[in-house]
Amino acid sequence: MRIFDPHIHMTSRTTDDYEAMYAAGVRAVVEPSFWLGQPRTSPASFFDYFDTLLGWEPFRASQYGIAHHCTLALNPKEANDPRCTPVLDALPRYLVKDSVVAVGEIGYDSMTPAEDTALAAQLQLAADHGLPALVHTPHRDKLAGLHRTVAVIRESDLPPERVLLDHLNETTVKAATDSGCWLGFSVYPDTKMDEDRMVAVIKDHGTEKVLVNSAADWGKSDPLKTRKVGDALLAAGFTEDDVDQVLWRNPVAFYGLSGRLRLDVTDAPEPLHEGNSILRGGE
Amino acid sequence: MPTALTELTNGAPAPALQAALEGHLAGADRVWLHEALAEAEAAAGDEAEAGAGAAGRSAWALPTWEIRFAEAGRHCRPAQGGPSGPSAQDLADAARVLILHTVRADHDTTTRLYTHGTAAERRAVLLALPHLSAHIPPASALPLVEDALRTNDTRLVAAAVGPYAAEHLDQHAWRHAVLKCLFTGVPVDAVDGLAPRARADAELARMLRDYAAERTAASRPVPDDLHRVLALTADRDTATGPDTATGPDTATGPDTATAPDAPGDRDTTARPDTADRPHVTAAPTEES
Repeated sequence: MRIFDPHIHMTSRTTDDYEAMYAAGVRAVVEPSFWLGQPRTSPASFFDYFDTLLGWEPFRASQYGIAHHCTLALNPKEANDPRCTPVLDALPRYLVKDSVVAVGEIGYDSMTPAEDTALAAQLQLAADHGLPALVHTPHRDKLAGLHRTVAVIRESDLPPERVLLDHLNETTVKAATDSGCWLGFSVYPDTKMDEDRMVAVIKDHGTEKVLVNSAADWGKSDPLKTRKVGDALLAAGFTEDDVDQVLWRNPVAFYGLSGRLRLDVTDAPEPLHEGNSILRGGE
Repeated sequence: MPTALTELTNGAPAPALQAALEGHLAGADRVWLHEALAEAEAAAGDEAEAGAGAAGRSAWALPTWEIRFAEAGRHCRPAQGGPSGPSAQDLADAARVLILHTVRADHDTTTRLYTHGTAAERRAVLLALPHLSAHIPPASALPLVEDALRTNDTRLVAAAVGPYAAEHLDQHAWRHAVLKCLFTGVPVDAVDGLAPRARADAELARMLRDYAAERTAASRPVPDDLHRVLALTADRDTATGPDTATGPDTATGPDTATAPDAPGDRDTTARPDTADRPHVTAAPTEES
């Protein structure tokens, strides 16, 4: 089973996770930029984070045979913090980078005017840079948030077929499907979706334009949820081709819209000291 | 392929590098390269355009040649189905080095590109430094080399120990760079000027022996490269002789013929003769 996790925050994960993900079949990930779990206080903090997503994290991933790409943006939560919003001015410098395959995560958190502004501005940045957009849908007041998100997308220069709406569930999948966007589902241990509900949604909806991710981060989450969904789909009678479409071909098709997806990891550095250069020295 | 692209990237004359790169690119990518170099050449003729502070442009807006620099990795890729040759990284390195050479990147430009660059772009800035000696004051780009040597990203460490480091790093920092290569698994073949700088360096020898003892105490293997460098430090005969860089070297063992720094096996046209560099020996003040 080949797996592409289209949304996972590897900066918060350990090398044990990379090892387990590779063993489970994960060969590619996209890491969206998002909130760190505590507030940033300046644009420079974002720049260091973007540097990590464009340098160190792809290097770490390559050590474990996994291709790493990222999406960059000012996240919805910090779009409300005037200390952070100047990041919007600097984003064009970062969106031209080779491994940036979308603008994201953008979208709504509390549905404020500041979030309206950041969402519209960043949809425009995506259109201007030939990139698709990864759009987070809010956890609170989700269905209303989805409708408002879709309305902003319709007004933007970015066509819905270049947008992935993420964190969908049973209550939002229909409206999201009707919008023409791609459909992302985050599978979590306790919150968001779980494996069995995911199988039920795919039974009802089909596999078209459906992407499943672990969205694993610093909270309680599981980077192997993609594999667990794949196993649950097979157990429920779906074919290996169905699973491949959801866990590989759909994310490849969506992020491939950027023209920047590179799934060979043959550029991994030379064979490394004891097979591992994630060394602090002398290990 | 007459010469390996990676050898040309690190200091060979730009026309030779461009010819080698073009030989590996498909038609559309070759067109992209020509346009990128033309844009860089045009910007080089316009000082404001090449530099950071073009009038009328916001602090974050990019001149076209910088966009080409950023996107080189998606335009210079190995041709599909062709014979195995340089990797995608090799091709992108070569293209970016050529752009920097053509735009005649100065101190401020290289620093800006490094600071805002991806790891791949930072790597290219480091590789380009020997090409830019006419535009960057001597040793002024050392902070970039030092930054790269602080990382644990082997792509950056390998690019940092090229001819520029060989020429400008002081002996203490250079010894730590060699040790860092051994620690992180960067082949010491990447270290430019290894033989002449290691020769008769008793302090480096001590550091290597201590590292070997630490590995052995932990029941871990000692890297083969460590023995190789240690052998180089033991060669004292020609340490101060005028033929250091070209004379026979009998201390390096069977690896000599394949090492890029083997005597007579290097391009000496694009970098100063290492024999001319003052040979710094271990002194107490260096370690303070």
